[in-house]
Amino acid sequence: MTGRADPVVPPVDDATTFPKLLAQMAERFSDRHVALQEKHYGIWQPLTWREYHRRARHVALGLAELGVQAGEVVGVLGDNRPEWLLTELGAQSIGAATVGIYPTSVGDEIVHILTHGRVRVVVAEDQEQVDKLIALRDRLQTVVYYNPHGLEHYDQPYLRRFPDVEAAGRDVEAARGAWLDDTVAAGRADDVAVVCTTSGTTSRPKLAMLSHRNLLSMGRALMTIDPIDHDDRYVSVLPLAWIGEQMLAVACGLQAGFTLSFPEDANTQRADLREIGPDVMFGPPRIWESMLSEVQIRLGEAGWLKRAVFGWGYRLGERAAEQRVRGRRPGLALRAAHGVADLVALRPLRHQLGLSRLQRCYTGGAPLGPDVFRFFHAVGVNLKQIYGQTEICGIAVAHRDDDIKFDTVGVPIPGTELRIANDGEILLRSPAVFAGYYRNDDTAATVDADGWLHTGDAGYLDDDGHLVVIDRAKDVMQARDGTRFSPAFVENKLKFSPYVEEAVVFGGEGSEFLSALITIDGATVGTWAEGEHLSYTTYTDVSQKPQVRQLVAEEVSRANETLPETIRVRRFLLLHKQLDPDDDEITRTRKVRRTVIEQRYGELIAALNDTARDGVTVTSTITYQDGSTASRDIELVIVSLDTFVPPEGRSRRTAWSGRT
Amino acid sequence: MVVRTYRHNLNGSALALGADQLVVEDVTLRFGGVRALNDVSLVVRQGSVHALIGPNGAGKTSLLNCISGLYHPQQGHIRLHTSESESHDLTRLRPSRIARLGLARSFQNIELFRHMTVLDNLMLGRHVHMRHRLLPSLWYFGSARNQEIAHRDLVEEVIDLLEIQSVRHKTVGALAYGVQKRVELGRALALQPAVLLLDEPMAGMNAEEKEDMARFVLDVNELAGVTVVLIEHDMDVVMDISDHINALDFGSLIADGPPQQVRSDPRVLDAYLGEDAAA
Repeated sequence: MTGRADPVVPPVDDATTFPKLLAQMAERFSDRHVALQEKHYGIWQPLTWREYHRRARHVALGLAELGVQAGEVVGVLGDNRPEWLLTELGAQSIGAATVGIYPTSVGDEIVHILTHGRVRVVVAEDQEQVDKLIALRDRLQTVVYYNPHGLEHYDQPYLRRFPDVEAAGRDVEAARGAWLDDTVAAGRADDVAVVCTTSGTTSRPKLAMLSHRNLLSMGRALMTIDPIDHDDRYVSVLPLAWIGEQMLAVACGLQAGFTLSFPEDANTQRADLREIGPDVMFGPPRIWESMLSEVQIRLGEAGWLKRAVFGWGYRLGERAAEQRVRGRRPGLALRAAHGVADLVALRPLRHQLGLSRLQRCYTGGAPLGPDVFRFFHAVGVNLKQIYGQTEICGIAVAHRDDDIKFDTVGVPIPGTELRIANDGEILLRSPAVFAGYYRNDDTAATVDADGWLHTGDAGYLDDDGHLVVIDRAKDVMQARDGTRFSPAFVENKLKFSPYVEEAVVFGGEGSEFLSALITIDGATVGTWAEGEHLSYTTYTDVSQKPQVRQLVAEEVSRANETLPETIRVRRFLLLHKQLDPDDDEITRTRKVRRTVIEQRYGELIAALNDTARDGVTVTSTITYQDGSTASRDIELVIVSLDTFVPPEGRSRRTAWSGRT
Repeated sequence: MVVRTYRHNLNGSALALGADQLVVEDVTLRFGGVRALNDVSLVVRQGSVHALIGPNGAGKTSLLNCISGLYHPQQGHIRLHTSESESHDLTRLRPSRIARLGLARSFQNIELFRHMTVLDNLMLGRHVHMRHRLLPSLWYFGSARNQEIAHRDLVEEVIDLLEIQSVRHKTVGALAYGVQKRVELGRALALQPAVLLLDEPMAGMNAEEKEDMARFVLDVNELAGVTVVLIEHDMDVVMDISDHINALDFGSLIADGPPQQVRSDPRVLDAYLGEDAAA
């Protein structure tokens, strides 16, 4: 389709499974290479491949002792730790699978996954997670935990310490080791390896069954276009419950044999990332957006000399990047100047962000704004968009080196077929297409008889054969002149501002113009307010300051300048709270649940659509920890861009992205 | 392999849970004609969270200063039990000696070394346990190096307990107030004390920071098992976290008992909480 000769992906043979790959790695690297390392007590504590294999076997036998059967699903609830993967590989060794639950999940979500997956054994991290599970006790048979702090006095008979489960496995190894060997050997590539929850922007998360073959073939396809080596480094910061993290940490990790690093604590992620300096990285847009915000804020605070030097370097970087992404070589003069710029401006920036060693990096899970994309290329980070879904193991379409367009998601990876249906829906077919939803009849509606996965996304192929994803098919809107557009496209323009955290755009059919609900970024706006000597108390308070409205209005009007006239945002208001996954407003992977927002903030949206109104009152109810509630009326002011005049005399914040 | 259970005992007391750890007997402290403390007697038991409350100028900090050796009372005794058979009278000892006996404290105003890192401040808390020889210390080899590593190991456990990993290498002066307070708690804890004296650990904090700090004080008590004596003005916090409360007013002890009892004591309501609360 593109005329490119892609290398052939070696097919996955029927007997390959992750536990077998682990055994091979243990044989190949033994104690010479570190498989997993976790920062603990300020030191990177290594686990070699041999140790990893040995412990996974003990966990496998320990789980079998707890009564886990082949075909069963074991739950894992916690942050990324070696124990997470030990449980995963242990369960797979005895023919079971794991389902990851996002550590921030609460009540109903956990119940939904546990009941739907018929989970009897859950491996949880610490007291916080164990407490959640104790509340749902009757659904579970055993809860295993690995961080014992605070749990010393818990006497529930169904609680087990992880080291005890491991020790139980070690104790029976002499007797049952041969059985385990046979069970691992009997594993087939088509067995279910992991159960991943779909992000569920539209409904409750579904449980997608992914086989060893699915994950392995996807990993191989990715690594044929972007080879990954065993001495590459990878930092595991995103939830392992997410397909994106499983994809690189497990599917690629066990095939390439690279070292996986787990940060010490949620708050030290950025510092640990910098310390490791990963070669491979995959993050959803918010990771890249927050890096860009940080750079913008820090440049804003830097002295004039630094800003001037960076500005000069950035412009050269941008020009060089424009050539490079089209596969052209920049001219000699540009190359020389760019070399200097890289040395004095761009490389120091990459170093600050911990990206100096980065070879392969991807964004996926949601569309990344083209402006953010352009920024990273200009500073010399070879960021690529990938497109896929949980149902196809995360990756189906990706950018290639020297062939990157900021508004596309690239071309299908080797082994993947792509077709656009008559109604514009994107269809995909590959060995990575999943085995079906766990105990759910919807599978037939998602994968048709010919094996095509119906993505539910609308898109088209551009002249170079690149796929352009418009949006979820049902989210695509029609502007008043009849053109179809994606709200996500407009939202990304707004979110490019470091002060905007989330934006939800409304409009399309029936309304004359676009309007937006915007939530501010508490950290960046807070810093800005401090600089402006603006005092505030809470998020709600700062979000409703007239000066902050003015600030965001400026940002929105700048975003509007880059948008076609028919899809500019004319009215917006700043929401008094952040969108919260606990309130179902966004998914755990931070995708906005549009239908929930439309229902919950219907009154706000109606007011935005009514040009006669310039404000709306909401009642905010707060439940305190002791159960008492307080409610308060908050007046949200609607800002109209028609009457907005940028303040005179204030210089504009420089935006680093080729935008003015 | 990562071991997640705590390997060091941060509680420096050798006594059984519930034994008398610190006994204050008839202590009177005068500044000229002013009686800052008047015949105060109380008992702090091993493993408890013990609160001192009272209005401003009631003598709470004076009592803490007497215990830690900054003031020497004119009358009375303060006994710290270090084992079942052994106790020391603190009233005539120097503060450095008292610290070595297992008494650590934090201050009302933060008294950290602002230009040093969190880690260095915490390592200073280990100073009383270090033995120095000139040559190894000068060139950092042998015993000096081994000691440093052993003490760092324990300090890391304090860092883990108080969740300050992310600021380990930051300069203290650059940290938020609430975090500085936590570092100060950490430095006192790094001493492996038998008794931890906290002078208003939540002063000047907002509700969220207070809640965090209360959680950490409880962790220090419950997870590490350290006896805590604290002065605090926020009654909700005090009633929530302490096992035993003593109320002071004008230098005299006016209440002694568990929170439920002290909460409803008419003298406390009258003297400390004021007329409104009594109504």
